[in-house]
Amino acid sequence: MTDKKSKEIQVKLKQELTSPAEQTRPGLVFTPNVDIFETDHEITLLADMPGVSSNNLTIDLKDNVLTLTGEVAPFEEANEEDILIEYEIGKYHREFNLSSVIDQSKIDAKLKDGVLRLSLPKVKEATPRRIEVKTG
Amino acid sequence: MIYRRFFNVPNWGFSKSFREVDRLRRQMDELFGAVSGGTLPMPSAGVFPLINVTEDINKYYVRAELPGMKSDELDIQVTGDGISISGERKIPVEGNNVRYHRREREAGTFSRSINLPGEINVNKVEAFMENGVLKVTMPKSEAAKPRQIKVK
Repeated sequence: MTDKKSKEIQVKLKQELTSPAEQTRPGLVFTPNVDIFETDHEITLLADMPGVSSNNLTIDLKDNVLTLTGEVAPFEEANEEDILIEYEIGKYHREFNLSSVIDQSKIDAKLKDGVLRLSLPKVKEATPRRIEVKTG
Repeated sequence: MIYRRFFNVPNWGFSKSFREVDRLRRQMDELFGAVSGGTLPMPSAGVFPLINVTEDINKYYVRAELPGMKSDELDIQVTGDGISISGERKIPVEGNNVRYHRREREAGTFSRSINLPGEINVNKVEAFMENGVLKVTMPKSEAAKPRQIKVK
């Protein structure tokens, strides 16, 4: 607030996923917002999944496809009545294709305050190496 | 059903069944907006964070999704019949040598205030964060509680 550089956050509606694979139960499905960035050694994925606890988060890796699924429990108690509803809740679902440079045995996931942080280390051979050119 | 006094909020739901209708209406609006090339209507006041307000007999509840925020980064103020939530969402810088593939999460400041349909007891308001969702519990003041009158 004192920082002049920070801008105001604009409202962004949750993106609804229209045809998630193998939807077995009724309910809404949203795609979480993600940041993906890469360093020489790993690829990191951050996903906003508010309302998802670690018990309800499934991270699945199969045939180089990484699938994130988070279940969200209804926010209200049975005896509560709506006054104003601006956002809806539902499952989070998103799939990513991983390249073979990821060391799939060393993937690490942390969920904190509704944000998932997924570290995808690259295999040793894939990390770029500077080749020294020798003279003589 | 009692028509509730509720100002400066563009849409409101009376019961859970209305939520479905509301949703359908919004989807139709988006569809027509896309066809006619008009701007998409906001389903709400259009101010971050989006909030849900519910009530039971004794309390009002305000909930907002604020992933990654800690409770001490939020400033919550209540008046007799309103609440304001403000703060700043920070996304830490991830080193110098990172290359971004995707950047959808947003950082920045926000400030939102709403009016509640009735008076609250400001001394007993509680707020807590769980899994990135803020929940504020506000007990209604005695005057705002519905009272059942026994017929003798």
